[in-house]
Amino acid sequence: MKAARAARAAGISRPSDGHPPRSAWGLSGVSVRYGHHLALDGATLRAVPGQITAVVGGDGAGKTTLLRCAAGALPPSDGQVSVPGIRQIGYLSPSGGIYPDLTVEENLSFRAAAFGLPPAQARARVAEHLDRTGLAAAHARLAGNLSGGMRKKLGVIAALLSGSALLPGPALLVLDEPTTGVDPVSRADLWWLIAQAAAGGAAVLFATTYLDEAQRAGQVLVLDAGRPLASGTAAEIVAAMPGVIRPLAARPTGQRPLAWRRAGQWRVWDPAGTPGASPALSPDLQDAVVVAALAREEARP
Amino acid sequence: MKAMIIKEFRQLRRDRRTLAMMIVMPVILLVILGYAASFDVSRIPTVLAGPSARQVAALRRPPFEVVGTVPAAQAQSQLRDGHAAVAIVTGGARPVVLIDGSQLFTARAAEQALATMPARLSVRVLYNPELKTSDIMIPGIAGVILVFIGTVITSLGVVRERQSGTLEQLAVMPLRPRDVFLGKITPYFAVAAVDLAVVLAVGVAVFGVPFRGSPAVFALGALLFVFVTLGIGVLISSVSQNQGQAIQLAIMTLLPQVLLSGLIFPLSSIVAGVRWIAYLLPLTYFNEIARGVMLRAEPLTALWQPFLYLALLGAAVMTLAMLRFRSFLAPSAAAPEPDAGPGTGPDTEPVLAGTGEPS
Repeated sequence: MKAARAARAAGISRPSDGHPPRSAWGLSGVSVRYGHHLALDGATLRAVPGQITAVVGGDGAGKTTLLRCAAGALPPSDGQVSVPGIRQIGYLSPSGGIYPDLTVEENLSFRAAAFGLPPAQARARVAEHLDRTGLAAAHARLAGNLSGGMRKKLGVIAALLSGSALLPGPALLVLDEPTTGVDPVSRADLWWLIAQAAAGGAAVLFATTYLDEAQRAGQVLVLDAGRPLASGTAAEIVAAMPGVIRPLAARPTGQRPLAWRRAGQWRVWDPAGTPGASPALSPDLQDAVVVAALAREEARP
Repeated sequence: MKAMIIKEFRQLRRDRRTLAMMIVMPVILLVILGYAASFDVSRIPTVLAGPSARQVAALRRPPFEVVGTVPAAQAQSQLRDGHAAVAIVTGGARPVVLIDGSQLFTARAAEQALATMPARLSVRVLYNPELKTSDIMIPGIAGVILVFIGTVITSLGVVRERQSGTLEQLAVMPLRPRDVFLGKITPYFAVAAVDLAVVLAVGVAVFGVPFRGSPAVFALGALLFVFVTLGIGVLISSVSQNQGQAIQLAIMTLLPQVLLSGLIFPLSSIVAGVRWIAYLLPLTYFNEIARGVMLRAEPLTALWQPFLYLALLGAAVMTLAMLRFRSFLAPSAAAPEPDAGPGTGPDTEPVLAGTGEPS
């Protein structure tokens, strides 16, 4: 009771029975201060069961802080966090939460035991994951000796070992940059794991610096310096982009640097969208995010 | 090379704790050890036993200091229970002087002082008749080994969790802080118990150290002592950012215990201004218990004081360690300031630590 009251005071609400009858988890107007530094400023996000939500932004954008709030590891300074019980959350922390001096198998059995899952059930649940992601052969290897990509896969597989014997798997899967620094093949493996979890009914929340990945997510939240820059489906964010983007042959020489380089070519944002000399490009999520950042810069006095 | 020197100084300046240790530690060590490092015995607590105390008037002078008079039958138990180091028993043909050999330096000083006496005495050294150093050192060294396992190794094991970044993961698992705490220290407890058994077995078998008292009393003392050292280990790890700092702090608790607990220098020879430190150190009490039980077969009733102090120390250290461990497990506690908003008060801690969940 005391804990529940404290949770409400902290802006974290959890259903008392721990089962997921509700339609979505999420954060609403969440801010986090570290001392005088505002790491997250009014972030709102919905994590819908069966759907993948991407949190994108550069380094220091507040992705990790937001995910820590969603995982229940950090109480918000302001705003509301609505998440399932601690047992129903699978969390991949920035460090992966993997013990380098334990083997793959030992790491997984520790995680399963901590969540009170029967060992046989846990083994059965991870068998396919290990096999499909190429970790089965490495089951007896020390996690510290795995490659970076393999360790990430192990971290995600371990995060899937939440829930309970009766209700296996996480209701909310929170993954902090599962694919950063991972080769394309391993990234595909990781995406398979993430998609499997979503197909199994989990609300997936993941942070990434790769916008091409975010494009595959059902919902996207773009953060910049702790503040939400844009949110919605990738298509919605692109559609909401003001102005137009045009290709440029060379580095622009103008006063305002509203241009950037992408795939060896220069692009410039024309906020007014005036019918000009060169035809407009059809923008994608990456363009829309760059434009949103530029627009915020522009709006600053 | 200059670049390297500048870089090194910059890093050193960032690591305040190491820097403080490099500057403050030598001074503290010198002062403490300068006053502590003394094998000289200026005072030998002595009891007089038997009817004719006048017979031994010659003995009533320094370094002997009469602390009591008892019937002849109680002379030996006075030594066994540590009330005196020397007992002079009168009533026979000539006075008999009993010396407690488990207080090595005091016993040697007593022998020397007696040699210069004109009176005809018969001298008997009890408990450690050959005045062997190993007999009095090995019980204490067993204690040092327990400190090493309990404090140094435990502090490393717990802080490793913070360094590898797995602490945050632990915080969001459905484990109660108490489970994590006990789970962390139980293996070290087991290893310490095995170590103790091995050290004692080697001490008895190889060095011929006697074990005259009750193993149960000894085990109880060792249990309390290990509890205190494990608590200190957890405490150290909860204030250390990395294994290096943990080691430094652990050594800082180990060193005074080795030097001030009466293991090497007799407690009575340590200057009073420094001696109080000895009474804050768990090894001081373990030493008393280990030597008392092994060499003098002291019963529990005579050892209630060190047992009580050890229990009090244990309760204090464990409570503190448990409290620190809770905030250690809540990763956010280190980051936001208390006034940061409604969500960061101390009342939010149970949620972070996951106590709201049945386990």
